[in-house]
Amino acid sequence: MKILKIILILVLFSNLTQLKADEFELQTKITKNLRCLICQGQSVYDSDSEFANSLKIVVNKKIDEGLSEDQIYNFLSGKYGEWILYDPKLNKNTYLLWFLPLLIFLFGGAIILKKTNKNY
Amino acid sequence: MKNKIIYSLTIISFIFLFVIFYKGLKKPNFYQPKSELKKNIPYFSSINFFEKEIINSEDIFNQNKFYLFNIWASWCVPCKDEHMFLVNLSKINNLEIIGLNYKDNYENAKKFIKELGNPYNKILVDKDGTIAIEWGAYGVPETFLIHQNQIIKRIIGPLNTKTMKDIESFLK
Repeated sequence: MKILKIILILVLFSNLTQLKADEFELQTKITKNLRCLICQGQSVYDSDSEFANSLKIVVNKKIDEGLSEDQIYNFLSGKYGEWILYDPKLNKNTYLLWFLPLLIFLFGGAIILKKTNKNY
Repeated sequence: MKNKIIYSLTIISFIFLFVIFYKGLKKPNFYQPKSELKKNIPYFSSINFFEKEIINSEDIFNQNKFYLFNIWASWCVPCKDEHMFLVNLSKINNLEIIGLNYKDNYENAKKFIKELGNPYNKILVDKDGTIAIEWGAYGVPETFLIHQNQIIKRIIGPLNTKTMKDIESFLK
């Protein structure tokens, strides 16, 4: 009976630590995708400023409240604007940002193709 | 003909880039979100600085008055500079000033208020800085002018003569 209890506690404990590890991973992922708005070129994860430290606590709290990654991004971009996200979402303001490199790539490809065809 | 097109395209792209960079040079490098104005104030609860009681935001901004929500800390040097403007603004009848003491040491904050005067009708405590995040604030000092539960003006950084006049113009 005693052994059973010990096993049960151990299983519970390992599940709990796994849960904490998952949460920590998610927090790291989110904070790496958040721009520290008062630092130069640093993510919230990398920064140790007062702002970044508070933001880390808020992200933690939101994860504990059960919010998903996207919900946390929505919450923060509602407060600080899309600029806080390193990975901006696809919307009408960012169409150019997302599709311009693709267009330039296609355009360059077309030029190269035309040139090589000419040579043959 | 072909050379001419390439030549003019190069010139056009140079001019285009020059205009973009030139405009970028004149832009302040401090980002300020556009979305923050005319926004409802966030709901939060905090602890009263002096009475040490829990207080909800609903019980603070509930009158048909103007409220000035000022985030400050005793360790923040610009907060000292703006304090006299807050003291001046506290003389206005129609305005209630609410302070949010940001990540501060209680004794130091008390000393700060004792030395420079207390312009605040209420002071709330933000021990870990999370309430400031709820407001979309960057740090200290930062000030929000509120009317009917909406943010109508936001000042990032210390108050000065110009911003004080701006605030007064809203109150007229």
